[in-house]
Amino acid sequence: MSTDWILPNSPPRAARRAGGALADPPWVRALLTGVALGFVALFLVLPLATVFLQAFSKGISAFGAAIVEPDALAAIRLTLLVAAVSVPLNAAFGVAAAWAIAKFDFRGKSLLVTAIDLPFAVSPVVSGLVFVLLFGAQGVLGPWLQAHGVRVIFAVPGIVLATTFITFPFVARELIPLMEEQGSDEEEAAISLGASGWQTFRRVTLPNVSLGLLYGIVLLNARAMGEFGAVSVVSGHIRGQTNTMPLHVEILYNEYQGAAAFAVASLLAVLAVATLVLKRLLEWRMGRASCAARERGHA
Amino acid sequence: MSIEARGIHKCFGDFTALRDVNLAVKEGELVALLGPSGSGKTTLLRIVAGLELPDRGSVLFDGEDATARSARDRRVGFVFQHYALFRHMTVFENVAFGLRVRPRRERPSERGIRAQVSELLELVQLGALGGRLPSQLSGGQRQRVALARALAVRPRVLLLDEPFGALDSRVRKDLRRWLRRIHEELAITSVFVTHDQEEALELADRVVVMDHGRIEQVGTPEQVYHEPASRFVYEFLGDVNVFHARLEDGPARVWVRPHLLDVSREASERGARAVVERVHAAGPTVRVELRTEAGERIQAELTQEQHAQLALARAEAVWVRPRAGRTFAPAEDYAI
Amino acid sequence: MAASRSVLPGFGITLGCTLAYLSLLVLIPLAGLFWKSASLGGAEFLAAVASPRALAAYRLSFGASFAAALVNAGFGLVLAWVLVRYRFPGRGIVDALVDLPFALPTAVAGITLTALFAKNGWLGQWLEPLGIFVAYTPLGVTVALVFIGIPFVVRTVQPVLEDLEPEIEEAAASLGASRFHTFRRVLFPAVWPALVTGFALAFARSVGEYGSVVFISGNMPLRTEIAPLLIVTELEQWNYAGATAIAAVLLVISFGLLLGINGLQRYGARRLAGGRAA
Repeated sequence: MSTDWILPNSPPRAARRAGGALADPPWVRALLTGVALGFVALFLVLPLATVFLQAFSKGISAFGAAIVEPDALAAIRLTLLVAAVSVPLNAAFGVAAAWAIAKFDFRGKSLLVTAIDLPFAVSPVVSGLVFVLLFGAQGVLGPWLQAHGVRVIFAVPGIVLATTFITFPFVARELIPLMEEQGSDEEEAAISLGASGWQTFRRVTLPNVSLGLLYGIVLLNARAMGEFGAVSVVSGHIRGQTNTMPLHVEILYNEYQGAAAFAVASLLAVLAVATLVLKRLLEWRMGRASCAARERGHA
Repeated sequence: MSIEARGIHKCFGDFTALRDVNLAVKEGELVALLGPSGSGKTTLLRIVAGLELPDRGSVLFDGEDATARSARDRRVGFVFQHYALFRHMTVFENVAFGLRVRPRRERPSERGIRAQVSELLELVQLGALGGRLPSQLSGGQRQRVALARALAVRPRVLLLDEPFGALDSRVRKDLRRWLRRIHEELAITSVFVTHDQEEALELADRVVVMDHGRIEQVGTPEQVYHEPASRFVYEFLGDVNVFHARLEDGPARVWVRPHLLDVSREASERGARAVVERVHAAGPTVRVELRTEAGERIQAELTQEQHAQLALARAEAVWVRPRAGRTFAPAEDYAI
Repeated sequence: MAASRSVLPGFGITLGCTLAYLSLLVLIPLAGLFWKSASLGGAEFLAAVASPRALAAYRLSFGASFAAALVNAGFGLVLAWVLVRYRFPGRGIVDALVDLPFALPTAVAGITLTALFAKNGWLGQWLEPLGIFVAYTPLGVTVALVFIGIPFVVRTVQPVLEDLEPEIEEAAASLGASRFHTFRRVLFPAVWPALVTGFALAFARSVGEYGSVVFISGNMPLRTEIAPLLIVTELEQWNYAGATAIAAVLLVISFGLLLGINGLQRYGARRLAGGRAA
């Protein structure tokens, strides 16, 4: 007969680390914390605060006027449109790529993973340039496109293409390690219980990776709405037509309309802050989910 | 070197790990701290090593107060549960680390370091593996590297935290005997933490049984096994049956080890009727699972000879009778 | 490419879609760039990539990126250490803020840093009297690249620090090592592959960075013109050949860095195995 001991919890590791006999001496802590916080204040907090202060430097009405101005509204609309196309496209691609890479073994897999990362390694300007070389007036397909009256470069399709290129890896990168870690046991169980491939994906895989997918989409969206270099090369900067919000900010800034530029920029900064908050929230949820999974594994 | 812990008290937040613990370890002794997880045994070991600071109380080495001395200066060899080997260093460099970080005046020459490390690697039977990285070793080999590394600084005390906890049972038994031999060879005062009573009873000169931050009993393996000071010690050190019995001074619960239970077909006055539910005969002894008339499940342990004689069958009704047993508080210890 | 070891369906279609999408969107356009630059004559190519203006642009791009990545390696290590080891009010916010350069559009970062460091800006008005000119100088380029590179170092070092068991340091201490020795011989060697990886990631990102730099750099040819900007300038002057040649050079270097970083990460992962119980 075994006795069930009632086990008090051992002290958590973090508490041990903080309270152990080997903690850094107070002056080291103070010094390092000071250096770190000073760096963060100078390079992160101050710029973020500046955006909002500059945005309202000419008052709330000037801020409002800069935002509802027709060109600004057109830029906002275009930015939303671009995101609305490239986010779903890349999300769908990311899920497909992660499925193929995480659930199967095949030759050349690591090469494929590296290839997916390529857009992160390429300068945004070069990313724009490759599409100019393909679709521009002097490009490979340029004459043919012109003959058929299709404009890609200096038009919305080019902007969408460049943005999609730049944001291509986000979701796949997030999902591949997550799906690899989860393995295929649950999917195999589902198949053995008679589920079809699509049912398995929808009812087993997708719920398991939904947080990671959302996480990837949040980052993807932030980059898609904020991309500047690549879009700048292919857009042609036609006011009211091919200007996204970041490009509109540039034009206003170069025309010495600082307050208006910062007003539009502040909208993008709000997007950035919202992205950070969402990201943190998702990380927190994912952390708890993986803790729960581990506990289930131990039980 | 002798170790003494006086009135050690330690809390982590609102969790009390140690409650005013006193313990003395004699020179050259091999002592086991035995208890379930959360009993405070590891915390006590870490406080002795200087890796944790007590809230109250003091640690004495050879009668000299070392509480304020840092882990660095205590010259204590500590073997971690998960070894904590430096993964970017070879086995040789791991063992040499303690020598290399000495102040220049006390540091042996490179030749001296080589000689000492080689000698230690021979001692732990890893002479050929000095050039490997920890990731290229098996669990048992890592364990021995950890021990060699701790011994390299010629510690005055050797402290081991669950030294065999992460190994499979075969390797465990081999290493246990090997550690005992090393201890006898080096005669260094050693304390190890374990939750495995078999390990503690087999290896240690003396066993310290702990629970809930307190020491329940200190004694030789024979003492703690045969004369447990409390119900906790009795239950922790082996399997037990609990009977509800009627003694001279009223109803009581009696604790009986399975091998102290007689099983027979003849009725006996002190016995209880029970039905055989299962017989496990594979092994050095035979374990019999029974159910009493009161519905209690009990376990008896017979020798193979007794089993052959009795030839118990499943669902057979028999009598069980404790040869010896113990009661604990509220009534005083009582033997029948 | 044959899938093995799996009963799951969908390999053909997902891999097919992946390869098709990847080829159309990424591989073919990138190959087009090399094809185009290969069609330039050797002399033409060389004239574009080795002109004094181009050389000055590479020098600035690589020099400023290197300096910025070094600054980030130092401060990023401290920041990661503080975030992992210490508990202080606002730690969560600081931790989240580290990702700001990932989330904030580069153009916004660019105009903000320029506003801060310009002559009449909050920081510029104090620095310029001291003779420290940031806006419209190579220093300004470096400052912008420091901003861009922060998260790379912190986010690669942080998980490694979190993963280091406290027992490693305790083992070093019980063997008589001082805090300094423990850091130099035990902690730093464990962290340094990650630190180098973070440095390389920040460097690679900085070399191609455009949006956050063009505002603060002032864009003076031969002085504060970065390589990506030179590509844009050539394009605006309809000099496709020149733009393509410079882009090809930049691209080859980026690919080299990507491969190097992948190698570093594999090396780091290998070294992290072992050391504790199996």
